[in-house]
Amino acid sequence: MTATTEVFDLTIDGSAAGTPRAPQRTKSLDTRLSVVATERRHSPKPSGKPDPAGHLSAEEIEALGLELDALRQEVLDSRGASDAAYIRKVLKWQRGLELGSRAVLLFSLFPPAWFVGTAGLSVAKILENMELGHNIMHGQWDWMRDPRIHSQEWEWDNASPSEFWKHSHNQLHHTFTNVIGRDNDLGYGIMRVDEDQKWVPSYLGQPLYNFLNAVFFEYGIAAYDLELGAYLKGRGKSKEEFRRDASKVLRKIGRQARKDYLLHPLLSGPSFFHTLGANFVANTVRNLWTNSVIMCGHFPEGVETFAKTSIEGETRGEWYLRQMLGSANISGSKAMHLMTGNLSHQIEHHLFPDLPSNRYGEIAPRIQEICQRYGLTYTTGPLPKQVASAWKQVVVLSLPNPQPGRTRVGIAAEAVGKRVRRKLRRGAPRTA
Amino acid sequence: MRNEQVPSAFSLDKVRKLAYSTPQYGYMTAVLPSPATASTRPTLRTALWKVAEAVATPVLPADYLDLIAPLRSGADLRGRVISVVPETLDAASVTIKPGRGWRGHVPGQYIRIGVDVDGVRNWRAYSVTSRADARDGLISITVKAIPGGKVSNHVVRALRPGTLIHLDQATGDFTMTQPAPARALFVTAGSGVTPVMGMLRNHLDELNDAVVVHSAPAEADVIFAGELRELHQSGRVRLVERHTDVDGIVTPESLDELVPDWRFRQTWACGPTAMLDAFEAAWADAGIADRLHTERFRPVVVAEGEGGTVTFLGQGTVVEADGATPILDAGEEAGVLMPSGCRMGICFGCVLPLREGAVRDLRNGELTVATPGDGVRIQTCVSAAAGACEIDL
Repeated sequence: MTATTEVFDLTIDGSAAGTPRAPQRTKSLDTRLSVVATERRHSPKPSGKPDPAGHLSAEEIEALGLELDALRQEVLDSRGASDAAYIRKVLKWQRGLELGSRAVLLFSLFPPAWFVGTAGLSVAKILENMELGHNIMHGQWDWMRDPRIHSQEWEWDNASPSEFWKHSHNQLHHTFTNVIGRDNDLGYGIMRVDEDQKWVPSYLGQPLYNFLNAVFFEYGIAAYDLELGAYLKGRGKSKEEFRRDASKVLRKIGRQARKDYLLHPLLSGPSFFHTLGANFVANTVRNLWTNSVIMCGHFPEGVETFAKTSIEGETRGEWYLRQMLGSANISGSKAMHLMTGNLSHQIEHHLFPDLPSNRYGEIAPRIQEICQRYGLTYTTGPLPKQVASAWKQVVVLSLPNPQPGRTRVGIAAEAVGKRVRRKLRRGAPRTA
Repeated sequence: MRNEQVPSAFSLDKVRKLAYSTPQYGYMTAVLPSPATASTRPTLRTALWKVAEAVATPVLPADYLDLIAPLRSGADLRGRVISVVPETLDAASVTIKPGRGWRGHVPGQYIRIGVDVDGVRNWRAYSVTSRADARDGLISITVKAIPGGKVSNHVVRALRPGTLIHLDQATGDFTMTQPAPARALFVTAGSGVTPVMGMLRNHLDELNDAVVVHSAPAEADVIFAGELRELHQSGRVRLVERHTDVDGIVTPESLDELVPDWRFRQTWACGPTAMLDAFEAAWADAGIADRLHTERFRPVVVAEGEGGTVTFLGQGTVVEADGATPILDAGEEAGVLMPSGCRMGICFGCVLPLREGAVRDLRNGELTVATPGDGVRIQTCVSAAAGACEIDL
């Protein structure tokens, strides 16, 4: 109190002594709080790809921003009891399904019980992570002021503690979507999913990494949210901070594992190993499903990436534009949308990450119409097609970009050869 | 959700003792558990609960139990609406079955209820009007719809039997003195009659000489009119019913005529602030301030404006912020360590409780107003002060 008084009493006559005045603003507000655009900017990428929104003027981008703001407001104004009833219904069914499935698995020694219980638990775990956890932690339901369905209170059924996930996902990924070098979700730091990301020989193994990441996805997310990679490379967190965070993650993993791989099997008595297996399968099914859905969000062909310098001084209109161009949807049935936590409406979710998920489907046709009107690509397709497209990118981009007269494989072979020779040369004196 | 704790042996005992010593139960010679059982049983319970928690993680056992038994003991206090009965055109009495954790009330006390209106939980305080020893264990409140009142209008016109609402334990010291006074006076206006009705319904037998001066705009607006007049006719109380549209409001001066011996009575007054202020001054002038008990129902009036004083409670820092500066920026510039994130309103990394006051969303100008206990949390990166506000940090 005293310290701030000394620093902030800036009045000449001292009339405001004790009430420091803050808005002696030293830095301007975040530019993304305003839609007002004054100039058109584009930072080219190494590939030299044209600006996907090059045909739009600064005024048009401002108009686009205002239009999307109005659409958001329309949903906010109509948000009410039926939306609240929706999320409570999903919550009730999810909890019921999880409880029921786990009860059936107490008798998992019997094959039918094992199959029914495992299927039910897989679905319950998917619903918990997608339609509930992901969306609640986005603050989509904070407006209800129900402390049990709130972004600041929710802890999800996943290896990664919600606290860390919210930082890396809500803050970093959603603010810097598809900006090369800023959005770590572009390949999670272990893969190359865009031709404008620099190729190194270690990417050759990425189809394998991606498969392993998919199978053990929740642990991959935990390591990623902990920023393990950056820490191991000597960047990122301090040792002290890392140790503190790592112990939180390990505690969470421990609690999760104790539940699924010890306590529930113990409760099952003679069905111990069957229940353990069932829980492992349910977790793996959830891992594979969520990984596939998430890959479809930003990896498929047609999705744009952006240069680091392109977002300097970005307005909200330009931010909206980047979200639309940087995301891809999945088309399908109502059940499919529910099972993806409405992340099948990835474009709508990225435009309005805090609108209730049950509303994305409703505004999707209008977003598509806006995209069409402004001449912007609205990437969408059925799940198998989008998953295949994302995997194709992972496989193809594990190799470097082709150059005139040189194939991807040729360049890769040359680079690997160079590296092997260098290793051998460096290794030689030691063996001698 | 994650902070819920197992009731320890200590708190269980404390609850029991409180229940036995609250006035409405009198002092019971209860057989308290012997020390041996008291120490072993909670330990076993605690251990079992710990296992249940490990089995249910990352949610709590309570999250599952709430689906089946939301009113069970140990749950957050809730209540089920049993009936909503109109009292006047714009007032209704709501009967509620409280959860097992309900600790009872002293007549005259109020409870806070949390009601979801258009999907948003709102908390408001209302006096309990039922008998404290009701056999069916039900409690009732009486709510008057005030113009523009979000919760009161919802309760009076839209609340349906069967709805689950949230409750707080009863609180307040606007209660009958023990023993009851030989001569009592109750001065009420509008819905200010509700805590007094709570006292009359419970303590009538102890009151030999009670006068009720009750005001309402017109005859049709008198809450509990029938019950009060009946008490008057049977001689249990003397009722002075005033219709302010024709009679004018009750002032301390007018009391000389209405209740000449008011100075010799223990007086309970509940009504608009102006009325209570005038009464408190008059009682103080007469040197009998200790004979006046008042209950103030402050309507939710939060001064709105452009900008205002922002107080960061934990840090004790106070800043003056304009209506265009996010509270996050205002705090940071004053050296407050604030949680922050995207700075554009999407990541919810800067969310903090707004204890009291009003803020405006810089994106669409929407106003958010909070009073203590509302549990309102705001995104500080896109909220500017719209009047004085207190941030819990």
